[in-house]
Amino acid sequence: MRDLLAALGELRERLKEIPQADERRLQDLKTEILGRKAGTLTQILGALPRLDPASKKEVGASANALKREFETAFAARERALKHAAGVVTGLDLTMPGRAAWRAGLHLVTQVVDEICDIFRELGFTRAVGPEVENERYNFFALNFPRDHPALDAQDSFYVGPDLLLRTHTSPVQIRTLERYPPPIRVVIPGQVYRRDPFDASHSPVFQQIEGLAVDEGITFVDFKATLATFARRFFTADTRVRFRPSFFPFTEPSAEMDVQCQICGGVGCPTCKQTGWMEILGSGMVHPAVLDNCGVDSERFTGFAWGMGPERIAMSRHGIPDIRLLFENDVRFLSQFAGGAR
Amino acid sequence: MIVSRRWLEALLNRPLDARDAAERLTLHVAAVDAVIPLHQELGDVRIARVLEVKKHPDADRLSLCLVDAGGANGPVEVVCGAPNVQAGKTYPYAPVGAVLPGGLKLERKKIRGVESNGMLCSAKELGLGADQSGILELDTAAPPGTRFVDAVGLADHQIVIDVAANRPDLLCHKGVARELGASLGAPVKLPVIPGAKALTDRPSVRQSDRGVVDGVEVRLEDPEGAPRYMIAVIRGVRVGSSPAWLAERLTAVGQRPINNVVDATNYILFELNQPLHAFDLAKLRGPAVVVRRARPGEKIVTLDGATRTLTTEMTAICDAERPTIVAGVMGSAESEVSSDTTDLVLECAYFQPTRIRRTRRALGLSSESSYRFERGIDMLGMPDALRRAVELIAAVAGGEIRAPALDLWPEPQQERTIFLRPDRVDTLLGVSIERSEVERLLTSVGFFVAPKDARLAVQVPGWRPDVTREVDLIEEVARLKGYDAFPDELRAYRPGTVPDAPEERARARVRDALASAGLLEARTLPIGSADGPDAVAILNPMSVEEAHLRRRLIPGLIGRVEHNWANRNRDVRLFEVGTVFRRRASAIDEWTSVAGVLTGARRPPHWSDGAKVPDMDIWDLKYHFELAVAAAAPSCDLQPLAGGAVGWEAVERGNGAVLGWAGPLEADAPVWAAPLFGFEVRLTLAERGIITYRPLPPQPPVERDLALLLPPGVSAAQVSDVLRRAAGSLLERLEVFDEYRGSGIPEGYRSVAWHCTFRDPARTLREREVDTVLEQGLKALEGELGVRRRES
Repeated sequence: MRDLLAALGELRERLKEIPQADERRLQDLKTEILGRKAGTLTQILGALPRLDPASKKEVGASANALKREFETAFAARERALKHAAGVVTGLDLTMPGRAAWRAGLHLVTQVVDEICDIFRELGFTRAVGPEVENERYNFFALNFPRDHPALDAQDSFYVGPDLLLRTHTSPVQIRTLERYPPPIRVVIPGQVYRRDPFDASHSPVFQQIEGLAVDEGITFVDFKATLATFARRFFTADTRVRFRPSFFPFTEPSAEMDVQCQICGGVGCPTCKQTGWMEILGSGMVHPAVLDNCGVDSERFTGFAWGMGPERIAMSRHGIPDIRLLFENDVRFLSQFAGGAR
Repeated sequence: MIVSRRWLEALLNRPLDARDAAERLTLHVAAVDAVIPLHQELGDVRIARVLEVKKHPDADRLSLCLVDAGGANGPVEVVCGAPNVQAGKTYPYAPVGAVLPGGLKLERKKIRGVESNGMLCSAKELGLGADQSGILELDTAAPPGTRFVDAVGLADHQIVIDVAANRPDLLCHKGVARELGASLGAPVKLPVIPGAKALTDRPSVRQSDRGVVDGVEVRLEDPEGAPRYMIAVIRGVRVGSSPAWLAERLTAVGQRPINNVVDATNYILFELNQPLHAFDLAKLRGPAVVVRRARPGEKIVTLDGATRTLTTEMTAICDAERPTIVAGVMGSAESEVSSDTTDLVLECAYFQPTRIRRTRRALGLSSESSYRFERGIDMLGMPDALRRAVELIAAVAGGEIRAPALDLWPEPQQERTIFLRPDRVDTLLGVSIERSEVERLLTSVGFFVAPKDARLAVQVPGWRPDVTREVDLIEEVARLKGYDAFPDELRAYRPGTVPDAPEERARARVRDALASAGLLEARTLPIGSADGPDAVAILNPMSVEEAHLRRRLIPGLIGRVEHNWANRNRDVRLFEVGTVFRRRASAIDEWTSVAGVLTGARRPPHWSDGAKVPDMDIWDLKYHFELAVAAAAPSCDLQPLAGGAVGWEAVERGNGAVLGWAGPLEADAPVWAAPLFGFEVRLTLAERGIITYRPLPPQPPVERDLALLLPPGVSAAQVSDVLRRAAGSLLERLEVFDEYRGSGIPEGYRSVAWHCTFRDPARTLREREVDTVLEQGLKALEGELGVRRRES
């Protein structure tokens, strides 16, 4: 029995030869050790029945364990040799892989989603409304005076005596305020219409993202903080932001938000007309008249609202010179952004 | 609105940096679109002193001048043709290489045999007026070589301000200076008019609709259209060209000087935002000025030479017989001030903004005046503006005023008073602002503030028609303080009550499904030509081709495929999720539609494919349609089109409503294009429902292939149904893997092969059991459909 255990010990040393063996040597080793008749290990295993029960158990366990180790080692070496053979037999791994068609969402959809996602993180859910609106929702409830220049038929498409294609997503502010009690925090993505000829920087139809927050105790500071946070998340964490006075009938105070020009970094370039700033959105504190028009107590509740154009934002962030490219739908254009816009 | 930096400097009595002023205006007042340096084209022109003037040896009219232009190489010789050139005097000088307005580039050349190094310039050559009688003599102490624009103070900047509709006060230099002054801490004072004498008589307000001034009868018959109306009569003016300072002011803001009287009224307009109208007393019948609504069909030939027909919606300024002015918009050619005019009637009015807007729109005629009246001028500032206008006209055109101006104001108004609660300022703005700070800020732009109980009584100056309620004053405080002065740290908020819109969730679900199936999302314009009788017409379209709203998405997508074909893109797979519109009786329906178009190779070619990749066919279409329907309208099933047409419909279970369609499409295709297919389905908000887990049984399946002979008219769906019913729950999956027609198959028949998977989730199936089940199935197929197993 001592001899057999010693023989197993010697045999174990042979395991080290396997990882270096070439194909031929590997076959020889296999035959020598595991060969059906004359294999060294085969013979040891064959001798087991002749041993006394105690020795049989001890030697048998070691021999069988060793056999499994050899089998595993031989198989591993065979796989390695086979894999290496593949390369040396002339596979050119620089040849192109097998592809599927590029597919994905339109750049504008991606930008809209990205913007809505950021506002979702800030507690805003999405709200929507119809594209055919009446004048009350599109203008009057939003505190446009009856003879405001924006009501000129030349700026809006009319489809009926008191029906027009909404010129902004702001009517959904009214619809939301009428339907839900404060606190309200919504973003309103949607399509809007202006009677502008289709050219490099104008489209008669484009997307807008409106936002509205109304609750007790909302202040100008909350307004600035929310929109500045959005800008820093959408652009970069160190993007500079500024707010400046503006005018909209449905906000007071009104403001426009600029971010540091994303093309030149703020030093001035043709895109930002040398100002170093890019206009991103119009905004302000909700005008008390708007709240009153919707039956919301404007003494108790305050809020802020804003509106921005994802096409323009997409164009400035991705360097697209002509808005019409977004509507041509050339597959070469669509494919550029199909895998994600950033 | 264009303002001149120098004009602002005159009002603030201090120098301004144009960029700094623009920045202050942008951050506190209104956006500045541009800062444009003026007379850049004169940048090459220098100051030069003529040292010596000699006769040109070969030409009587030319002189040969020795000129000190500050050059390092000493004086140069210049040939000059002007009669007024004198030694010791200073002139603008354009050296060789300089480019003058109009693009003339000076070269060194010989004039009558003598070389001339540049040119001494006339006003006309510098684009500074019409005078070309001689070179421009300068009165400057600047040393030779100084830039001409710097030496004569011509260097100005235009600051282009984007004035919002609610801030008419910013449509003049005084208003802009007031805001800049508030930012800089500098008071605004009107500059002294050179040569002006102050008027002593102050006109008194008449709460009346008529009066006489210096023999001219004035009747205010339309006080609604003209709530306040002032007339002054100036006699003995001499109409001529304006003095240089006045012409320069107007030129700097892009206005062309006309004559001293018109220029004076324009100056007041741009200084004080008060439009004025001067007309010739001699041409006034009566002489009377009658302010009334125009009569229907009344005609007037306006200054621009066009004949205008008026309506009763318009206010007309008339003499005893007919209209001489379309109130607030434009005067008549007839009553215009001309070089013969000696006696003037000067109108200073407030016209009702809505009336002017409607008139301007109806006539398609706008002017600097109508622009300002539409937005609302300062009714309370009219006497001051008129007095300054009279002083200015007297200073630049002579003449005198013999009677105080007439001021008709039937219903006088006072400054509006608004109460401001200081704690409301803090509540809305979110920071605590001292009461004294609020007072200081408001006072800085002309509000008059007095304490009243715990509140502030704020008197609104007449030039701020936009400020009507407390919140408007809070905005003033915020912007004057500067929006940037407020912190922007996020604070806690309460979540809202509005659930995330299911429409948006549904749209996102469909987009994701189709994009992950290999399609690119497209966005097309929803406006085009009518594609059905129920298309919604746009009442005021921009063109006949764009006069309707789309009623489905497919036509737009076909157009986009054709565009891609035109760009040699053969493989096009697009989808769109968009709004469509249809007219139903008097209402308009709108909903979200989902559509796709497919043409070209099924996958990108790979070098290992050898043969060409097959093009997409109706089976690719069916797969994508199924995906779209499952995502957009999960309550629908697909049904083949009736009547032998190739294609499918999406039919709603239960009510049979057809919500979608798929099939081959016609298009304007080049010869190399592959067949085009498309689908469209209405997006519903029906939920697919919760998907429940099905156990994954460990028992082994038993698999059988089954080739069946289908007689004419029998469909695969029928066969599947019968098989499933007959085989029961043991039949786990049934997949078609082949279809064959041809030799060995009876005419009209086809052989369809199914791969069947059987499994019992509870135990291991025996082959015999499967055989039995299959027998049942075959028996049912033969009995119900005449389908038999294909003998091979």
